[in-house]
Amino acid sequence: MKLISLLWGNMFRKPTRTSLTFVSLVIAFLLFMFLQAISEAFSGGVTLEGMDRIVIDSKYSMTDNLPLSYVQQVRSLDEVDQVTSMSWFGGYYREPRNSFATYPVDPESYFDIFTEQRISAETLGRFNNIRVSAVASEALAAQYGWSPGDTIPIMQDIFPQENGSWTWQFELAGTFEYSGGQLLLINYEYFNEAVIGWGKDQVGWLVGRVAEPTEVDATIQLIDSMFENSSDPTRSTTEDEYRRQFASQLGDVSTISGMILMVVFFTIILLTGNTAAQAFAERVPEMATMKTLGFSDLSVAVLVLAEAVALCVCGGMVGVGIALLLEPGLNASLSEMVGSFNMSGQSALYALGLSILLGLIIGAYPAVSAKRLTIVDALRKR
Amino acid sequence: MSELIRCTNVCKEYVRGAERVEVLRSVNLSVKRGAFIALMGPSGSGKTTLLNLIGGLDTPTSGGIEVDGLRLDSANARSLASWRAQSVGFVFQFYNLLPVLNAQRNVELPLLLTGLSRSERRKNAALALDIVGLSDRGKHKPGELSGGQQQRVAIARALVSDPCLLVCDEPTGDLDRATAEEILELLQTLHRDLGKTIVMVTHDPKAADRAEYTLHMDKGRLVSIIDGPDLELEPARTVA
Repeated sequence: MKLISLLWGNMFRKPTRTSLTFVSLVIAFLLFMFLQAISEAFSGGVTLEGMDRIVIDSKYSMTDNLPLSYVQQVRSLDEVDQVTSMSWFGGYYREPRNSFATYPVDPESYFDIFTEQRISAETLGRFNNIRVSAVASEALAAQYGWSPGDTIPIMQDIFPQENGSWTWQFELAGTFEYSGGQLLLINYEYFNEAVIGWGKDQVGWLVGRVAEPTEVDATIQLIDSMFENSSDPTRSTTEDEYRRQFASQLGDVSTISGMILMVVFFTIILLTGNTAAQAFAERVPEMATMKTLGFSDLSVAVLVLAEAVALCVCGGMVGVGIALLLEPGLNASLSEMVGSFNMSGQSALYALGLSILLGLIIGAYPAVSAKRLTIVDALRKR
Repeated sequence: MSELIRCTNVCKEYVRGAERVEVLRSVNLSVKRGAFIALMGPSGSGKTTLLNLIGGLDTPTSGGIEVDGLRLDSANARSLASWRAQSVGFVFQFYNLLPVLNAQRNVELPLLLTGLSRSERRKNAALALDIVGLSDRGKHKPGELSGGQQQRVAIARALVSDPCLLVCDEPTGDLDRATAEEILELLQTLHRDLGKTIVMVTHDPKAADRAEYTLHMDKGRLVSIIDGPDLELEPARTVA
């Protein structure tokens, strides 16, 4: 027998109390992983693929459009290797709750820029050649059971067609790989032709690839100066910076997540700490007995501390495990809202560290009390 | 027989608020190895305090205590803990077993402080349980045993590391008469057959009858003794 069996036995001495504490820890760490993933999604690190990409948007607001002619003007620059345009289309499939990102794009230039979104040459050819076609990310097609050739009706609430219809019909050309979850791309040429007059020849923003990645700043300045005195001045940034700015419009998600977690863990410390103190008080005579038998003050204190740490680590790891099991489902349903919703190994390591720290904080008071426990006084209270 | 316990002018005071309570007043005592002593006296007479001092659970306010060659009054907490693990076995009125461990593991607990292997620990614990007549109850937790059986497990735990001294604080105080007699019989056997030195606090005259010698305490002093060859008191306080 090692002391581990004593530790385990003590943990489950009051199964109901331990179970409730355990469940609260599991939920806290589930929430931790969830908020970490959201925070990481919004803060989005610089990816290798996006290092040479810039986003050209309206200087005044992300919601203002730019003239389609800007695409050719930017493309004509030697400093820009490729450029494509994207627009916010909105809409939903059958029911308002089935909403996902839909962008009218130029197929060739779009997939030339976003090389990490892989599409077969055959699908790209169909997408390019069939004006009413669309391509869906694999996750989106899987979600709604779409197959190539299917007609996809998208209900609109921003862009009616010239014929007055608010329903746009697209033929699915195929699917493409996209790690961000659900995304539908429609052919801009068709969109521009069919959309009502005021929406024609407009694009939401441009995405360009600079010819020389080390000259990104100079290229950004060149583009913005080119349109500075026009009726639609631009503000260009790197793609990474653009994503950060977009996220910041929703508030400082990282700070909000951090504050929520602080409140959650502070509450956990109070609740679990109270439980640990109660459990300690019940076992004072037993600790005195152990000291009587020859266990040192330190070893009894370490045993008490180890119990708190073991409970927190077990709760934390089960919470992390459940979070990782739920990740694929959450990714599919939330990636549309927050981008890529991934729970990283780093977050799991943070959770492990946090669970140990939590155990140490919770177990500190009972452990110090156990260390200071005087055998004679404790036995007298029996 | 060599001397095992020597108390010299032992005093113990407790401070309760502004009040100083003198619990032991200049106790002198010498006990030889292999003796079986009962300590009797009214509540508050200091018998449990003296027992705690002899067992190394507490230290005197003044005076000297030497047990099995170690000066307990000047030893630090770590040395005392180590000494208790090797040299003393404790038996309490309320057994003080750990409820989450079964009998076998309760008995094995003190052996975790030794360098014995797992198989040796198990073997020794099984032997101790056999000595107290509970070899078939090793897998039972304390809550599944009667009071008498729990006290036997506690005695097995006290014996398992083969200490030279057994310190018993009212070992039959929570038991019915018949069970108490069994426990006392067991203690007598340990004393007689294994040569254990036993110091036992009791209120029960019948329990004290099982001991070789009975010391009476009152108001922190040793006041009388039913004398014997293995025990000496300071002459001024000896009532033979």
